[in-house]
Amino acid sequence: MSIINDLTFKIAGAAGQGVESSGAGFAQALARGGLYLFGLQDYMSRIRGGLNFFQVRVHEHPLYSHEEAVHVLLPLNEEALEEYVDEVAPGGGVIYDEGLKVDREWVAGKGRKAMPVPLIEIAKEHGDRVMANTAALGAAAGVVEYSYERLADVIRQNFRRKGEDVVAANLRVGRAAYLYAQERYAADFQWKLRQIPEAPQRLVMSGNQALALGALAGGCRFMAAYPMTPTTSILEWLARHERQYGVVTKHAEDEIAAICMAIGANFAGVRAMVATSGGGFSLMVEALGLAGMCEVPLVIVEGQRGGPSTGLPTRTEQGDLLFVINASQGEFPRLVLAPGTVEECFECGWRAFNLAEKYQTPVIILSDQFLASSLRTVEVEAIDFDRVVIDRGKLLSAEELDALTEPYKRHRFTEDGISPRAIPGHPKAVYATASDEHDEFGHITEEMHNRRKMMQKRMKKLETARQDIRPPIQYGPAGAPIVLIGWGSTYGVLREVVDRLEGEARLVHFCDLWPFPAQAAAEALRDGTGVVVENNLTGQFRRLLRSETCLPIEHSISRYDGRPFSPEEILAGLKEIRK
Amino acid sequence: MTVTLKDYASPVKPTWCPGCGDYGILAAIRQALVQVGLAPHEVLIVTGIGCGSKLPDYMHVNGFMTLHGRPLPIATGIRLANHGLKVLVVHGDGDSMGLGMGHFIHAARRNLDLVDLIQNNQIYGLTKGQYSPTSDPGFITSTSPEGALEGAANPVALALAAGATFVARGFAGDTKGLADLVARAIEHRGYALVDVLQPCVTFNRKNTYDWYRERVYNLAESGHDPRDRLAAYQKALEWGDRIPLGVFYQTERPTYEEQVVALKEGPLALRTLTKLSLQEVEQLRSEFM
Repeated sequence: MSIINDLTFKIAGAAGQGVESSGAGFAQALARGGLYLFGLQDYMSRIRGGLNFFQVRVHEHPLYSHEEAVHVLLPLNEEALEEYVDEVAPGGGVIYDEGLKVDREWVAGKGRKAMPVPLIEIAKEHGDRVMANTAALGAAAGVVEYSYERLADVIRQNFRRKGEDVVAANLRVGRAAYLYAQERYAADFQWKLRQIPEAPQRLVMSGNQALALGALAGGCRFMAAYPMTPTTSILEWLARHERQYGVVTKHAEDEIAAICMAIGANFAGVRAMVATSGGGFSLMVEALGLAGMCEVPLVIVEGQRGGPSTGLPTRTEQGDLLFVINASQGEFPRLVLAPGTVEECFECGWRAFNLAEKYQTPVIILSDQFLASSLRTVEVEAIDFDRVVIDRGKLLSAEELDALTEPYKRHRFTEDGISPRAIPGHPKAVYATASDEHDEFGHITEEMHNRRKMMQKRMKKLETARQDIRPPIQYGPAGAPIVLIGWGSTYGVLREVVDRLEGEARLVHFCDLWPFPAQAAAEALRDGTGVVVENNLTGQFRRLLRSETCLPIEHSISRYDGRPFSPEEILAGLKEIRK
Repeated sequence: MTVTLKDYASPVKPTWCPGCGDYGILAAIRQALVQVGLAPHEVLIVTGIGCGSKLPDYMHVNGFMTLHGRPLPIATGIRLANHGLKVLVVHGDGDSMGLGMGHFIHAARRNLDLVDLIQNNQIYGLTKGQYSPTSDPGFITSTSPEGALEGAANPVALALAAGATFVARGFAGDTKGLADLVARAIEHRGYALVDVLQPCVTFNRKNTYDWYRERVYNLAESGHDPRDRLAAYQKALEWGDRIPLGVFYQTERPTYEEQVVALKEGPLALRTLTKLSLQEVEQLRSEFM
């Protein structure tokens, strides 16, 4: 019996073999056929060699997570085949070039179907040897009997820049491999993919792309960064859009320069951000305090990866939570948001700028490698541009400044702690501010009454900001006995676990982390057996929850080997707990 | 309306020691701004941390007193956000040649249109008398009891090597001459270094006003051609018995800002921020389909 539209394919090979571009191309062809995807990227910290993979789960219903079993494996070298063959589900298949040194009997002995295809020969015969990856995609589509037309659309689009001849040759190669694989293996292969007729167009997006898009929609017009995995692609994406959208990006000499540039731009009145990882953020910490002290809005994207130090540079972790909440000497207000999905990334992208300007202080978006690079299909409306608001808070307009009758005080004491802000350049609001403690005008002073009032004023903004902090998001049946507690990128996998447990569990997911929504957390966690799931060793969120709510959560599931959780792993963990 | 020195007067009294070279620098900056006819709201002075970095507090001017070593990248962000503002960076030798050395080199090669004035007193004053990156070798201080063991950093030579388009040195004891140099630096289109020899009357007993007065001479009067980069480099290496002052080098190169496509339509900070248009949204969405 066939299994329609429910499979995972995995392309694996050395860096430089085209794993990512092939995987993304195939994913695109499936999305255009109305199928939902969840794509997981895994790569090593090197330019050539090693072993990378691109794994895509496909379904006709929306997906939020990957799963462990693979049904179609496309190894681009022998090492990839050996490494991943055991992940292939019984009955699943391995499509590989005939030229690879693979013992068919060995593969068959493991209960997997060996499906060699003369990929290189087909590529040579119908086009060029470099088109072997197109042949591989054609063969994969042939085995699962997916519409060749959808693959052809993507081939046309992706090779258009290289000219008609290249497009035509790739189409011939893809088609020949499709027919070859279909003819020999399709009848005996259980998993099939079919396009959904009349399905709406959807978006395929990574967390980084959604964040960058959200930032642009939210009025980000300056970004400075020093390239660092996993957030480099945010800088690259905005740099590509500089010309058309009037954005200035600056690849700075280091992370300290990057954050200082962003502070300078924000001080001068332009919405500006930086993106980095934990190591770069460590360098930025002194300047973070400067923004807090001088009440300069600032958006920082911190994409976590395995630490400390260089750690696991291309892998994932949630190990920086308590660091970003506490980073810097002294005390000042900051906000921390940890999106868990592509949709939340988009929303945090624009929301962070409003919060930063409203409270005139740094806002940190805490992402991670897994969220940054995984791809998901979302409905067009889910990336909701209509809901985008640009709220610049108490920013004084030129007209308001013209009408000033008293000397302008940049750091005026106010009820809510927020002082009306003028950007430098207006004759009626000439002012200097200082990283030293200062008075309402910005003049340096060590006077103790002023110090107390200034400290209270700045910290008052954190209390005021609570009005904009959202409660945790809940998913699953109220009253379910197990309460899965997560933050950031674990949303998808926990949601999948809730679905699989059918009424046994519910999810409480935190996106807004600081100021901590203590009251809402306490309410959401009143009943049930709580299990905190997080990608770190020491249970940082569990500790935060305890210190902010006094709620002792008894159970936890943690992972700290640089890889994201799978639903199977969490289910196994829960089984252990329920023993 | 003409700008006068009064426009730049601040009610705040400087905390500097009597006789500090910073007074001469403050007077020269005010004078230079008046000379070029800029009003306080058109100017933004970015400083780091150190005695001299409190300077914006002692003027009526837009200012941002930032972190030790970091005013140049902050000024970079300011210029890219609003290239309508005239930006002066003012910081000491510890700030610019210690923590900020990397930023200094990048600022010089980047060629943003800004003035970088170094208050170079060859000592750490605010932390009470330790040797600085520009201290002469053998200089004895609390952290160099046997004398400084490193060669002195040379801001003029470094700026030349890094590709600065305007490189000058002034003397805090000559307010008039320094004001003229700062005015020229302001009017230069591109990165303009003004390295200012500045006596620290409290902690530097070697490089005093008299010590400098016996040694300094004017480059222009000596027949130096500021268009000659090699000659400028030779002059930059001159130190000891004779110390050159004035413009070492000046050339023209496109500024960073004028090459940024997104800035062609004017300063970012002055544009109204609006939501993306429907057409833009459609186009952005199509990238992900």
